[in-house]
Amino acid sequence: MQPFQDKNFIIRFFHVHKRYDGKNALIDITLDVHENEFLFITGPSGAGKTTLLKMLYLGEPVSEGQVIIDGMNLSRISRRRIPGLRRKFGIIFQDYKLIPTKNVYENIALVVEAVGTKKRLIRKKVNSVLRTVGMEGKEKIFPPGLSGGEQQRVAVARAIAGNPRVILADEPTGSLDTASAEGVFELLKGFHARGATMIVATHNKSLIRRTGGRVILLEQGRLKSSTIVPVPN
Amino acid sequence: MLYFFKRAIRDIRANRFLNFVAVITIALSVLIISAFVFFLVNANALIDFWTKGIRIMAYLEPGIPKDNIAEIRRHIEKTEGVGKVRFISKTEAMDQFKKEMEHQSSLISNLKENPLPDTFEIAVRGFSRNWEKFESAARGIATIPGVEEVEYGRKWLGRFISIFNLFRLTGYAMTGLFFVATIFFVANTIRLMLYSRREEIEIMRLVGASESFVKDPFYIQSIILGAFGGLMGLGALFAAFRFIMGNWEMGNWKWEPMSDFQLSVSDFQINFLSPEISGAILLGSMLAGCLGCYISLRQFLKLY
Repeated sequence: MQPFQDKNFIIRFFHVHKRYDGKNALIDITLDVHENEFLFITGPSGAGKTTLLKMLYLGEPVSEGQVIIDGMNLSRISRRRIPGLRRKFGIIFQDYKLIPTKNVYENIALVVEAVGTKKRLIRKKVNSVLRTVGMEGKEKIFPPGLSGGEQQRVAVARAIAGNPRVILADEPTGSLDTASAEGVFELLKGFHARGATMIVATHNKSLIRRTGGRVILLEQGRLKSSTIVPVPN
Repeated sequence: MLYFFKRAIRDIRANRFLNFVAVITIALSVLIISAFVFFLVNANALIDFWTKGIRIMAYLEPGIPKDNIAEIRRHIEKTEGVGKVRFISKTEAMDQFKKEMEHQSSLISNLKENPLPDTFEIAVRGFSRNWEKFESAARGIATIPGVEEVEYGRKWLGRFISIFNLFRLTGYAMTGLFFVATIFFVANTIRLMLYSRREEIEIMRLVGASESFVKDPFYIQSIILGAFGGLMGLGALFAAFRFIMGNWEMGNWKWEPMSDFQLSVSDFQINFLSPEISGAILLGSMLAGCLGCYISLRQFLKLY
Protein backbone atom coordinates (compact mmCIF):
# COMPACT_ATOMS: atom_id res chain seq x y z
CA MET A 1 0.00 0.00 0.00
CA GLN A 2 1.35 3.43 -0.95
CA PRO A 3 -0.02 6.19 1.28
CA PHE A 4 -0.05 9.90 0.54
CA GLN A 5 0.17 9.63 -3.24
CA ASP A 6 -3.01 11.65 -3.40
CA LYS A 7 -3.08 14.96 -1.54
CA ASN A 8 -6.89 15.09 -1.64
CA PHE A 9 -7.39 13.39 1.68
CA ILE A 10 -9.76 14.41 4.46
CA ILE A 11 -8.42 11.96 7.05
CA ARG A 12 -4.89 10.65 7.46
CA PHE A 13 -3.61 8.03 9.89
CA PHE A 14 0.19 8.09 10.04
CA HIS A 15 1.92 5.23 11.86
CA VAL A 16 -0.82 5.15 14.45
CA HIS A 17 -0.62 2.86 17.46
CA LYS A 18 -3.19 2.37 20.15
CA ARG A 19 -2.56 0.52 23.39
CA TYR A 20 -4.86 -0.33 26.27
CA ASP A 21 -2.98 -1.14 29.48
CA GLY A 22 0.09 -2.09 27.47
CA LYS A 23 -1.88 -4.34 25.07
CA ASN A 24 -1.81 -3.36 21.41
CA ALA A 25 -5.23 -2.61 19.91
CA LEU A 26 -3.90 -0.97 16.73
CA ILE A 27 -0.38 -1.35 15.35
CA ASP A 28 1.27 1.02 12.91
CA ILE A 29 -1.80 2.05 10.91
CA THR A 30 -1.10 4.32 7.96
CA LEU A 31 -4.13 5.19 5.90
CA ASP A 32 -5.67 8.05 3.92
CA VAL A 33 -9.39 8.60 3.50
CA HIS A 34 -10.39 10.80 0.61
CA GLU A 35 -13.17 13.31 0.29
CA ASN A 36 -16.46 11.56 -0.70
CA GLU A 37 -14.88 8.12 -0.44
CA PHE A 38 -16.94 5.11 0.66
CA LEU A 39 -14.57 3.20 2.92
CA PHE A 40 -15.39 -0.10 4.57
CA ILE A 41 -13.41 -1.40 7.53
CA THR A 42 -13.72 -5.14 7.93
CA GLY A 43 -12.10 -7.75 10.08
CA PRO A 44 -12.92 -10.16 12.86
CA SER A 45 -14.21 -9.04 16.25
CA GLY A 46 -11.43 -7.44 18.30
CA ALA A 47 -9.43 -6.51 15.19
CA GLY A 48 -9.57 -2.79 16.12
CA LYS A 49 -12.38 -1.52 13.85
CA THR A 50 -14.25 0.34 16.60
CA THR A 51 -11.00 1.69 18.09
CA LEU A 52 -10.02 3.10 14.69
CA LEU A 53 -13.37 4.91 14.41
CA LYS A 54 -13.23 6.15 18.00
CA MET A 55 -9.85 7.75 17.47
CA LEU A 56 -11.34 9.91 14.73
CA TYR A 57 -13.76 11.70 17.04
CA LEU A 58 -11.37 11.52 20.02
CA GLY A 59 -13.46 8.92 21.77
CA GLU A 60 -10.03 7.42 22.39
CA PRO A 61 -6.69 9.24 22.30
CA VAL A 62 -3.91 8.06 20.02
CA SER A 63 -1.05 6.32 21.86
CA GLU A 64 1.53 6.97 19.16
CA GLY A 65 1.55 8.43 15.65
CA GLN A 66 -0.57 11.13 14.08
CA VAL A 67 -4.19 11.41 13.02
CA ILE A 68 -4.91 14.42 10.82
CA ILE A 69 -8.47 15.41 10.02
CA ASP A 70 -9.15 18.24 7.64
CA GLY A 71 -5.82 19.84 8.56
CA MET A 72 -6.22 19.33 12.33
CA ASN A 73 -3.64 17.18 14.09
CA LEU A 74 -5.55 15.35 16.81
CA SER A 75 -2.45 14.93 18.97
CA ARG A 76 -2.22 18.70 19.32
CA ILE A 77 -5.87 19.69 19.33
CA SER A 78 -6.96 21.84 22.26
CA ARG A 79 -9.93 20.79 24.39
CA ARG A 80 -11.81 23.86 23.17
CA ARG A 81 -11.64 22.69 19.54
CA ILE A 82 -12.91 19.16 20.17
CA PRO A 83 -16.63 20.08 19.69
CA GLY A 84 -15.72 21.66 16.35
CA LEU A 85 -13.92 18.48 15.31
CA ARG A 86 -16.85 16.29 16.31
CA ARG A 87 -19.29 18.37 14.30
CA LYS A 88 -17.51 17.19 11.18
CA PHE A 89 -18.81 13.70 11.92
CA GLY A 90 -22.16 12.04 12.06
CA ILE A 91 -21.84 8.89 14.12
CA ILE A 92 -24.02 5.78 13.84
CA PHE A 93 -23.68 3.01 16.42
CA GLN A 94 -24.68 -0.63 16.28
CA ASP A 95 -26.76 -0.20 19.45
CA TYR A 96 -28.29 3.08 18.12
CA LYS A 97 -27.55 5.01 21.35
CA LEU A 98 -30.92 6.74 21.32
CA ILE A 99 -32.10 8.29 24.58
CA PRO A 100 -35.00 6.08 25.70
CA THR A 101 -36.65 8.86 27.75
CA LYS A 102 -36.87 11.22 24.78
CA ASN A 103 -39.14 10.71 21.81
CA VAL A 104 -37.95 10.53 18.21
CA TYR A 105 -38.33 14.27 17.69
CA GLU A 106 -36.47 15.15 20.90
CA ASN A 107 -33.64 12.72 20.17
CA ILE A 108 -32.89 14.49 16.93
CA ALA A 109 -33.69 18.01 18.17
CA LEU A 110 -31.08 17.54 20.91
CA VAL A 111 -28.36 17.19 18.27
CA VAL A 112 -29.71 20.03 16.16
CA GLU A 113 -29.75 22.28 19.26
CA ALA A 114 -26.32 21.13 20.39
CA VAL A 115 -24.66 22.20 17.15
CA GLY A 116 -26.06 25.69 17.64
CA THR A 117 -28.94 25.74 15.14
CA LYS A 118 -31.21 28.77 15.56
CA LYS A 119 -34.33 27.91 17.52
CA ARG A 120 -36.78 28.77 14.73
CA LEU A 121 -34.96 26.40 12.37
CA ILE A 122 -34.85 23.39 14.69
CA ARG A 123 -38.33 22.03 13.90
CA LYS A 124 -37.81 22.50 10.19
CA LYS A 125 -34.49 20.68 10.30
CA VAL A 126 -35.76 17.79 12.42
CA ASN A 127 -38.79 17.26 10.18
CA SER A 128 -36.59 17.39 7.11
CA VAL A 129 -34.20 14.66 8.31
CA LEU A 130 -37.07 12.51 9.54
CA ARG A 131 -38.61 12.74 6.07
CA THR A 132 -35.28 11.78 4.53
CA VAL A 133 -35.06 8.57 6.57
CA GLY A 134 -38.76 7.79 6.14
CA MET A 135 -39.73 8.32 9.75
CA GLU A 136 -42.18 11.18 9.36
CA GLY A 137 -45.28 10.76 11.51
CA LYS A 138 -43.36 8.89 14.22
CA GLU A 139 -42.00 11.97 15.97
CA LYS A 140 -43.79 11.35 19.25
CA ILE A 141 -42.88 7.68 19.63
CA PHE A 142 -40.24 6.78 22.21
CA PRO A 143 -37.36 4.52 21.05
CA PRO A 144 -38.50 1.39 22.94
CA GLY A 145 -41.72 1.55 20.86
CA LEU A 146 -39.82 1.30 17.56
CA SER A 147 -38.41 -1.74 15.74
CA GLY A 148 -34.62 -2.15 15.45
CA GLY A 149 -34.67 -0.95 11.85
CA GLU A 150 -36.73 2.11 12.78
CA GLN A 151 -34.42 2.93 15.68
CA GLN A 152 -31.43 2.74 13.37
CA ARG A 153 -33.21 5.04 10.92
CA VAL A 154 -33.67 7.56 13.73
CA ALA A 155 -29.97 7.14 14.59
CA VAL A 156 -29.13 7.82 10.93
CA ALA A 157 -31.36 10.88 10.99
CA ARG A 158 -29.56 12.08 14.09
CA ALA A 159 -26.18 11.48 12.43
CA ILE A 160 -27.05 13.57 9.38
CA ALA A 161 -28.95 16.28 11.27
CA GLY A 162 -25.82 18.35 11.85
CA ASN A 163 -24.83 18.25 8.14
CA PRO A 164 -21.57 16.40 8.78
CA ARG A 165 -18.86 15.99 6.15
CA VAL A 166 -18.05 12.47 7.27
CA ILE A 167 -20.37 9.73 8.47
CA LEU A 168 -18.87 7.11 10.75
CA ALA A 169 -20.95 3.97 11.12
CA ASP A 170 -19.91 1.23 13.50
CA GLU A 171 -21.68 -2.01 12.51
CA PRO A 172 -24.81 -0.05 11.55
CA THR A 173 -26.65 -3.18 10.43
CA GLY A 174 -25.27 -5.56 13.05
CA SER A 175 -28.56 -5.76 14.95
CA LEU A 176 -30.90 -5.61 11.97
CA ASP A 177 -32.67 -8.13 9.77
CA THR A 178 -31.75 -8.24 6.09
CA ALA A 179 -34.52 -5.96 4.87
CA SER A 180 -33.85 -3.32 7.53
CA ALA A 181 -30.10 -3.55 6.92
CA GLU A 182 -30.64 -2.94 3.22
CA GLY A 183 -32.88 0.01 4.00
CA VAL A 184 -30.23 1.59 6.21
CA PHE A 185 -27.55 1.00 3.56
CA GLU A 186 -29.70 2.63 0.93
CA LEU A 187 -29.85 5.68 3.16
CA LEU A 188 -26.07 5.69 3.59
CA LYS A 189 -25.60 5.39 -0.17
CA GLY A 190 -27.95 8.33 -0.62
CA PHE A 191 -25.84 10.57 1.67
CA HIS A 192 -22.70 9.43 -0.07
CA ALA A 193 -24.23 10.39 -3.39
CA ARG A 194 -24.86 13.86 -1.94
CA GLY A 195 -21.15 14.31 -1.18
CA ALA A 196 -20.57 12.86 2.30
CA THR A 197 -17.52 10.75 3.07
CA MET A 198 -18.54 7.38 4.51
CA ILE A 199 -16.49 5.21 6.84
CA VAL A 200 -18.36 2.05 7.75
CA ALA A 201 -17.13 -0.74 9.99
CA THR A 202 -19.04 -3.88 9.03
CA HIS A 203 -18.95 -7.65 8.64
CA ASN A 204 -21.70 -7.63 6.04
CA LYS A 205 -19.89 -8.67 2.84
CA SER A 206 -23.06 -8.86 0.82
CA LEU A 207 -23.84 -5.20 1.48
CA ILE A 208 -20.24 -4.25 0.68
CA ARG A 209 -20.53 -5.99 -2.68
CA ARG A 210 -23.80 -4.27 -3.42
CA THR A 211 -22.49 -0.84 -2.41
CA GLY A 212 -18.92 -0.78 -3.71
CA GLY A 213 -15.99 1.24 -2.42
CA ARG A 214 -12.63 0.69 -0.79
CA VAL A 215 -12.39 -2.14 1.72
CA ILE A 216 -9.62 -2.35 4.29
CA LEU A 217 -9.07 -5.45 6.36
CA LEU A 218 -7.85 -5.25 9.95
CA GLU A 219 -6.48 -8.28 11.77
CA GLN A 220 -5.14 -8.21 15.31
CA GLY A 221 -4.76 -4.44 15.10
CA ARG A 222 -2.80 -4.46 11.83
CA LEU A 223 -3.93 -3.21 8.44
CA LYS A 224 -3.69 -6.36 6.31
CA SER A 225 -5.08 -5.31 2.95
CA SER A 226 -6.85 -2.61 0.99
CA THR A 227 -8.99 -3.55 -1.99
CA ILE A 228 -11.40 -1.75 -4.24
CA VAL A 229 -14.85 -3.26 -4.74
CA PRO A 230 -16.39 -1.78 -7.87
CA VAL A 231 -19.70 0.03 -7.57
CA PRO A 232 -22.36 -2.27 -9.09
CA ASN A 233 -24.30 -1.01 -12.05
CA MET B 1 -29.08 32.25 28.27
CA LEU B 2 -32.90 32.17 28.27
CA TYR B 3 -32.72 28.87 26.40
CA PHE B 4 -30.37 27.39 29.04
CA PHE B 5 -32.63 28.73 31.79
CA LYS B 6 -35.65 27.02 30.18
CA ARG B 7 -33.67 23.79 29.88
CA ALA B 8 -32.68 24.04 33.55
CA ILE B 9 -36.33 24.56 34.60
CA ARG B 10 -37.35 21.61 32.40
CA ASP B 11 -34.70 19.44 34.07
CA ILE B 12 -35.82 20.50 37.55
CA ARG B 13 -39.42 19.60 36.68
CA ALA B 14 -38.31 16.28 35.24
CA ASN B 15 -36.48 15.39 38.47
CA ARG B 16 -38.88 16.98 40.96
CA PHE B 17 -38.21 14.71 43.92
CA LEU B 18 -34.43 14.86 43.69
CA ASN B 19 -34.51 18.63 43.36
CA PHE B 20 -37.00 18.97 46.20
CA VAL B 21 -34.70 16.99 48.51
CA ALA B 22 -31.76 19.16 47.45
CA VAL B 23 -33.69 22.37 48.15
CA ILE B 24 -34.74 21.10 51.59
CA THR B 25 -31.19 20.14 52.55
CA ILE B 26 -29.86 23.50 51.35
CA ALA B 27 -32.68 25.26 53.24
CA LEU B 28 -31.73 23.46 56.47
CA SER B 29 -28.10 24.48 56.09
CA VAL B 30 -29.07 28.07 55.34
CA LEU B 31 -31.44 28.06 58.33
CA ILE B 32 -28.65 26.97 60.66
CA ILE B 33 -26.13 29.41 59.18
CA SER B 34 -28.56 32.33 59.23
CA ALA B 35 -29.60 31.50 62.82
CA PHE B 36 -25.93 31.79 63.82
CA VAL B 37 -25.56 35.04 61.91
CA PHE B 38 -28.78 36.30 63.51
CA PHE B 39 -27.40 35.49 66.97
CA LEU B 40 -24.02 37.10 66.24
CA VAL B 41 -25.51 40.26 64.77
CA ASN B 42 -27.91 40.75 67.67
CA ALA B 43 -25.33 39.84 70.31
CA ASN B 44 -22.99 42.40 68.74
CA ALA B 45 -25.73 45.01 68.83
CA LEU B 46 -26.53 44.09 72.43
CA ILE B 47 -22.89 44.51 73.46
CA ASP B 48 -22.79 47.87 71.67
CA PHE B 49 -25.98 48.81 73.48
CA TRP B 50 -24.52 47.82 76.83
CA THR B 51 -21.12 49.37 76.29
CA LYS B 52 -22.47 52.63 74.96
CA GLY B 53 -21.62 55.29 77.55
CA ILE B 54 -19.37 53.06 79.63
CA ARG B 55 -16.50 55.14 81.06
CA ILE B 56 -13.32 54.68 83.08
CA MET B 57 -13.36 56.88 86.17
CA ALA B 58 -9.85 57.86 87.33
CA TYR B 59 -9.90 59.28 90.88
CA LEU B 60 -6.97 61.53 91.73
CA GLU B 61 -5.03 61.69 94.98
CA PRO B 62 -6.33 64.35 97.40
CA GLY B 63 -4.76 67.80 97.30
CA ILE B 64 -3.09 67.36 93.98
CA PRO B 65 -1.85 70.69 92.48
CA LYS B 66 -3.54 72.11 89.37
CA ASP B 67 -0.33 71.82 87.29
CA ASN B 68 -0.17 68.11 88.01
CA ILE B 69 -3.77 67.71 86.93
CA ALA B 70 -2.91 69.05 83.49
CA GLU B 71 0.08 66.67 83.35
CA ILE B 72 -2.13 63.70 84.31
CA ARG B 73 -4.61 64.68 81.59
CA ARG B 74 -1.82 64.64 78.99
CA HIS B 75 -0.76 61.17 80.19
CA ILE B 76 -4.31 59.86 80.01
CA GLU B 77 -4.85 61.26 76.54
CA LYS B 78 -1.66 59.55 75.36
CA THR B 79 -2.90 56.15 76.56
CA GLU B 80 -3.84 53.86 73.65
CA GLY B 81 -7.55 53.62 72.93
CA VAL B 82 -8.49 56.64 75.00
CA GLY B 83 -11.17 58.86 73.47
CA LYS B 84 -12.81 61.84 75.06
CA VAL B 85 -11.48 62.88 78.49
CA ARG B 86 -13.48 65.10 80.86
CA PHE B 87 -12.20 66.54 84.12
CA ILE B 88 -14.69 66.72 87.02
CA SER B 89 -13.40 68.77 89.90
CA LYS B 90 -14.27 67.74 93.45
CA THR B 91 -16.49 70.90 93.74
CA GLU B 92 -18.34 70.00 90.54
CA ALA B 93 -18.72 66.43 91.78
CA MET B 94 -20.15 67.63 95.08
CA ASP B 95 -22.64 69.94 93.31
CA GLN B 96 -23.77 67.03 91.22
CA PHE B 97 -23.98 64.82 94.30
CA LYS B 98 -26.08 67.41 96.10
CA LYS B 99 -28.40 67.68 93.15
CA GLU B 100 -28.90 63.92 93.10
CA MET B 101 -29.34 63.68 96.88
CA GLU B 102 -31.51 66.76 97.47
CA HIS B 103 -33.91 64.76 99.69
CA GLN B 104 -31.05 63.83 102.03
CA SER B 105 -29.51 67.34 101.99
CA SER B 106 -29.16 67.35 105.81
CA LEU B 107 -26.69 64.48 105.58
CA ILE B 108 -24.55 66.39 103.12
CA SER B 109 -24.74 69.72 104.96
CA ASN B 110 -23.16 68.07 108.04
CA LEU B 111 -19.99 67.32 106.09
CA LYS B 112 -17.10 69.59 107.24
CA GLU B 113 -15.11 69.13 104.08
CA ASN B 114 -15.72 67.79 100.56
CA PRO B 115 -14.74 64.08 100.67
CA LEU B 116 -15.08 63.58 96.92
CA PRO B 117 -11.88 63.38 94.82
CA ASP B 118 -11.03 65.20 91.59
CA THR B 119 -11.88 62.82 88.78
CA PHE B 120 -11.25 62.19 85.10
CA GLU B 121 -14.11 60.63 83.14
CA ILE B 122 -12.53 58.75 80.24
CA ALA B 123 -14.19 57.27 77.17
CA VAL B 124 -12.40 54.41 75.42
CA ARG B 125 -12.71 54.03 71.67
CA GLY B 126 -13.81 50.84 69.90
CA PHE B 127 -13.44 48.36 72.73
CA SER B 128 -16.87 46.74 72.51
CA ARG B 129 -15.43 43.58 70.83
CA ASN B 130 -12.25 43.68 72.87
CA TRP B 131 -12.63 43.92 76.60
CA GLU B 132 -8.92 43.35 77.15
CA LYS B 133 -8.19 46.60 75.35
CA PHE B 134 -10.53 48.37 77.72
CA GLU B 135 -8.93 46.77 80.78
CA SER B 136 -5.45 47.44 79.49
CA ALA B 137 -6.32 51.15 79.07
CA ALA B 138 -7.69 51.19 82.63
CA ARG B 139 -4.56 49.49 84.01
CA GLY B 140 -2.36 51.97 82.12
CA ILE B 141 -4.26 54.93 83.55
CA ALA B 142 -4.01 53.45 87.09
CA THR B 143 -0.19 53.59 86.89
CA ILE B 144 -0.09 57.33 86.12
CA PRO B 145 1.40 59.18 89.13
CA GLY B 146 -1.32 61.15 90.91
CA VAL B 147 -4.08 58.69 90.02
CA GLU B 148 -5.22 57.03 93.22
CA GLU B 149 -7.81 54.62 91.91
CA VAL B 150 -9.42 53.59 88.68
CA GLU B 151 -12.91 52.30 88.45
CA TYR B 152 -15.10 50.96 85.68
CA GLY B 153 -18.32 49.20 86.27
CA ARG B 154 -19.88 46.22 84.52
CA LYS B 155 -16.98 43.87 84.98
CA TRP B 156 -19.40 41.07 84.12
CA LEU B 157 -19.50 42.58 80.65
CA GLY B 158 -15.88 41.49 80.18
CA ARG B 159 -16.81 37.90 80.89
CA PHE B 160 -19.82 38.18 78.58
CA ILE B 161 -17.67 39.55 75.75
CA SER B 162 -15.14 36.71 76.22
CA ILE B 163 -17.91 34.13 76.05
CA PHE B 164 -19.42 35.92 73.08
CA ASN B 165 -16.06 35.91 71.28
CA LEU B 166 -15.91 32.17 71.82
CA PHE B 167 -19.41 31.83 70.38
CA ARG B 168 -18.39 33.95 67.44
CA LEU B 169 -15.48 31.66 66.64
CA THR B 170 -17.79 28.67 66.92
CA GLY B 171 -20.23 30.51 64.68
CA TYR B 172 -17.58 31.07 62.01
CA ALA B 173 -16.55 27.42 62.17
CA MET B 174 -20.16 26.23 61.96
CA THR B 175 -20.89 28.60 59.07
CA GLY B 176 -17.86 27.27 57.21
CA LEU B 177 -18.86 23.71 57.96
CA PHE B 178 -22.43 24.14 56.76
CA PHE B 179 -21.28 26.05 53.69
CA VAL B 180 -19.06 23.10 52.76
CA ALA B 181 -21.91 20.69 53.59
CA THR B 182 -24.23 22.66 51.28
CA ILE B 183 -21.66 22.42 48.49
CA PHE B 184 -21.58 18.66 48.89
CA PHE B 185 -25.38 18.34 49.09
CA VAL B 186 -25.63 20.13 45.76
CA ALA B 187 -22.66 18.23 44.34
CA ASN B 188 -24.33 14.93 45.16
CA THR B 189 -27.67 15.99 43.74
CA ILE B 190 -26.08 17.17 40.52
CA ARG B 191 -24.00 13.98 40.39
CA LEU B 192 -27.16 11.87 40.59
CA MET B 193 -28.76 13.94 37.85
CA LEU B 194 -25.66 13.70 35.69
CA TYR B 195 -25.56 9.97 36.22
CA SER B 196 -29.21 9.56 35.29
CA ARG B 197 -28.56 11.54 32.11
CA ARG B 198 -25.14 10.20 31.21
CA GLU B 199 -26.30 8.77 27.85
CA GLU B 200 -27.76 12.09 26.85
CA ILE B 201 -24.57 13.91 27.89
CA GLU B 202 -22.41 11.39 26.08
CA ILE B 203 -24.43 11.85 22.90
CA MET B 204 -24.37 15.63 23.21
CA ARG B 205 -20.58 15.54 23.50
CA LEU B 206 -20.22 13.09 20.61
CA VAL B 207 -22.23 15.27 18.25
CA GLY B 208 -20.07 18.28 19.05
CA ALA B 209 -22.06 20.15 21.68
CA SER B 210 -19.86 22.80 23.26
CA GLU B 211 -18.83 22.41 26.88
CA SER B 212 -21.04 25.32 27.85
CA PHE B 213 -24.04 23.74 26.06
CA VAL B 214 -23.59 20.67 28.26
CA LYS B 215 -22.64 22.41 31.49
CA ASP B 216 -24.57 25.69 31.63
CA PRO B 217 -28.03 24.20 32.30
CA PHE B 218 -26.57 22.32 35.27
CA TYR B 219 -24.98 25.50 36.61
CA ILE B 220 -28.25 27.39 36.21
CA GLN B 221 -30.10 24.53 37.86
CA SER B 222 -27.69 24.57 40.83
CA ILE B 223 -28.00 28.33 41.20
CA ILE B 224 -31.80 27.99 41.17
CA LEU B 225 -31.60 25.24 43.81
CA GLY B 226 -29.29 27.42 45.91
CA ALA B 227 -31.63 30.40 45.56
CA PHE B 228 -34.73 28.40 46.50
CA GLY B 229 -32.92 26.71 49.40
CA GLY B 230 -31.61 30.09 50.57
CA LEU B 231 -35.04 31.72 50.38
CA MET B 232 -36.66 28.81 52.22
CA GLY B 233 -34.01 28.82 54.97
CA LEU B 234 -34.25 32.59 55.45
CA GLY B 235 -38.05 32.39 55.27
CA ALA B 236 -38.12 29.74 58.00
CA LEU B 237 -35.87 31.86 60.22
CA PHE B 238 -38.04 34.92 59.60
CA ALA B 239 -41.20 32.94 60.46
CA ALA B 240 -39.58 31.71 63.70
CA PHE B 241 -38.44 35.26 64.49
CA ARG B 242 -41.94 36.67 63.95
CA PHE B 243 -43.49 33.91 66.02
CA ILE B 244 -41.11 34.40 68.95
CA MET B 245 -41.21 38.20 68.85
CA GLY B 246 -44.99 38.16 68.49
CA ASN B 247 -45.38 36.08 71.64
CA TRP B 248 -42.83 38.20 73.44
CA GLU B 249 -44.50 41.49 72.57
CA MET B 250 -47.91 40.11 73.56
CA GLY B 251 -46.45 39.31 76.97
CA ASN B 252 -46.93 35.55 76.67
CA TRP B 253 -43.26 35.10 77.41
CA LYS B 254 -41.30 37.19 79.89
CA TRP B 255 -37.63 38.01 80.08
CA GLU B 256 -36.28 37.61 83.61
CA PRO B 257 -32.96 39.44 83.76
CA MET B 258 -30.23 37.68 85.71
CA SER B 259 -29.69 39.47 89.00
CA ASP B 260 -25.96 39.96 88.29
CA PHE B 261 -26.74 41.99 85.22
CA GLN B 262 -26.78 45.64 86.09
CA LEU B 263 -28.51 46.36 82.82
CA SER B 264 -31.63 44.78 81.55
CA VAL B 265 -32.34 44.06 77.92
CA SER B 266 -35.82 45.51 78.12
CA ASP B 267 -34.87 48.55 76.04
CA PHE B 268 -32.93 46.55 73.51
CA GLN B 269 -34.61 45.93 70.17
CA ILE B 270 -33.92 42.52 68.60
CA ASN B 271 -33.85 42.92 64.83
CA PHE B 272 -34.07 40.44 61.96
CA LEU B 273 -31.12 40.23 59.58
CA SER B 274 -30.67 43.36 57.49
CA PRO B 275 -31.47 43.16 53.74
CA GLU B 276 -27.72 43.32 53.05
CA ILE B 277 -26.94 40.35 55.29
CA SER B 278 -29.96 38.38 54.02
CA GLY B 279 -28.83 39.13 50.46
CA ALA B 280 -25.29 37.98 51.27
CA ILE B 281 -26.63 34.70 52.74
CA LEU B 282 -28.76 34.18 49.64
CA LEU B 283 -25.79 34.85 47.37
CA GLY B 284 -23.69 32.49 49.49
CA SER B 285 -26.31 29.79 49.06
CA MET B 286 -26.30 30.31 45.27
CA LEU B 287 -22.51 30.28 45.27
CA ALA B 288 -22.53 27.00 47.22
CA GLY B 289 -24.86 25.61 44.53
CA CYS B 290 -22.50 26.76 41.81
CA LEU B 291 -19.43 25.27 43.53
CA GLY B 292 -21.24 21.98 44.13
CA CYS B 293 -22.12 21.83 40.45
CA TYR B 294 -18.54 22.65 39.44
CA ILE B 295 -17.18 19.78 41.57
CA SER B 296 -19.67 17.28 40.15
CA LEU B 297 -19.21 18.32 36.54
CA ARG B 298 -15.45 18.20 36.88
CA GLN B 299 -15.53 14.68 38.25
CA PHE B 300 -18.28 13.43 35.97
CA LEU B 301 -17.02 14.78 32.68
CA LYS B 302 -13.63 13.23 33.35
CA LEU B 303 -15.27 9.86 33.72
CA TYR B 304 -17.77 10.02 30.86
